[in-house]
Amino acid sequence: MSEARPKDGASPGADRMLRVLLPVAVLALGVLLWEVVVRAGDIPPYVLPSPWLVFSTLISDRAVLLASLLVTVTTTLEGFLLAAIGGIGLAVLFNQSRLIEYSLYPYAIILQVTPIVAIAPLLLVYLPQPAAVLACAWIVAFFPVLANTTLGLNSVDHNLVDLFRLYGATRLQMLFDLKLPAALPYILGGLKIAGGLSLIGAVVAEIAAGSAGAGSGLAYRIVESGYRLNIPRMFAALLLLSLVGIVIFFALSLLSHLMLRRWHESAIVREI
Amino acid sequence: MPVDPPKSPVVTLNGVGRTFANGVVALERLNLNVWPGEFVSLLGPSGCGKSTALRIIAGLTEPTNGRVEWPAAEAATPRRIGFVFQEPTLMPWATVEANVRLPLRLAGLEPDAQARVEAALTRVGLSGFAASYPRELSGGMKMRASIARALVTEPKLLLMDEPFAALDEITRFRLNNDLLALWQSLDKTVVFVTHSVFESVYLSQRIVVMTRRPGRVFAELAIDAPYPRDERFRTSAEYAGYCRRVSEALARASGATDEP
Repeated sequence: MSEARPKDGASPGADRMLRVLLPVAVLALGVLLWEVVVRAGDIPPYVLPSPWLVFSTLISDRAVLLASLLVTVTTTLEGFLLAAIGGIGLAVLFNQSRLIEYSLYPYAIILQVTPIVAIAPLLLVYLPQPAAVLACAWIVAFFPVLANTTLGLNSVDHNLVDLFRLYGATRLQMLFDLKLPAALPYILGGLKIAGGLSLIGAVVAEIAAGSAGAGSGLAYRIVESGYRLNIPRMFAALLLLSLVGIVIFFALSLLSHLMLRRWHESAIVREI
Repeated sequence: MPVDPPKSPVVTLNGVGRTFANGVVALERLNLNVWPGEFVSLLGPSGCGKSTALRIIAGLTEPTNGRVEWPAAEAATPRRIGFVFQEPTLMPWATVEANVRLPLRLAGLEPDAQARVEAALTRVGLSGFAASYPRELSGGMKMRASIARALVTEPKLLLMDEPFAALDEITRFRLNNDLLALWQSLDKTVVFVTHSVFESVYLSQRIVVMTRRPGRVFAELAIDAPYPRDERFRTSAEYAGYCRRVSEALARASGATDEP
């Protein structure tokens, strides 16, 4: 646990500035170094393209790349939404019925521990490609939501449970007024993990589909550019994938902060 | 406030026993009458089953032997009981107001809830904190919110399970005084569980001293000092005398079933 957070005695405002400025400075330094190394060593673009070439490829190939970006983002979001609905829904179902939980939970675990890279080719045999990609995104993303929501639903303060019983709360009141709000921090934690994983699932499936793929997401573009030794475009597509992951992470962090900031310890800035 | 003999009890525990699944006998043949309007404390060493007795009265735990008897008028469940837990037990995601409103909401009594919630908050001195979240309150204020929630359904019977045990002494004294004022003005019956001799003497009309596990009634002592009781009573020789007698009873009760 990190307490006494501005460690160097900086004021909170300066601390926040540093948290933004320092990573940006490191990035700028890295890119600069990269550019210098490529130029000084006269490295050919099919070995290592310079950052500038990657950037200009991003601009010149924007039509192809943006179309691919849209495909991947759509798949990722659909997979994420289905994972959220499926994960929370299953956890609630398990919480309401022990028999269902005993029957199904082992299979949720099996689905989770079997490497997705190994499942993807099979899915592509049985499902049309877009559905297979979506299924991959769902399979990797739903388990953290399920596991975290289950943990949250089981972590309700037992005194509060007694209080609800004392006032004759119905099963539904118990679920919606007590268990789900109490589980919310856990659910949001699960969603944060699922956001990144749904992108990974989509990418894995696109790569497994490879050149046979009809729909053409960013990962497919990377594979295709690799075959053609179009290394600058590989980098450009990779850059976009990274950006998608970053945006997803920040969007979910923001959501979590907005929903918890009034009451949960994790979202509270303590003055020391 | 003398207790009139002809009154019928608010609730009666008749030979109540409770054995847990692991074989521990928490309570054995516990007999207790709770009279209307009285302030009675259950006092005993920790693990004497006094909290279990309170939970059995509340219907949160079923007795394995004996019966809890209610007058016919109180037969309907859920009963109108206020329960204050050892911890404040507030929902951290809800404001103080929403926490106090909860019992009314669960009972489907939303329409006239607003006035009742405000009244309950005013009674415990929290009217300015309706929109605060529990984490923004001190320990004493959280406990006040918890008491307001117990009062909001206007129950006749208030069950309190060591509510002030975790508070500092200054806060505990103040809440003791405020609790007595509430009890006198609202005509409630209070069953108060505590392991503090001093707290039980200060608050109660009657102290039921319980033996160590298995819990049984060891002695009953009446505290006949008049109300309102205040700091003068807390520092009086009379108070010290009662405390000594109750302490002695507690010491004997603790040794009564001390197994080698």
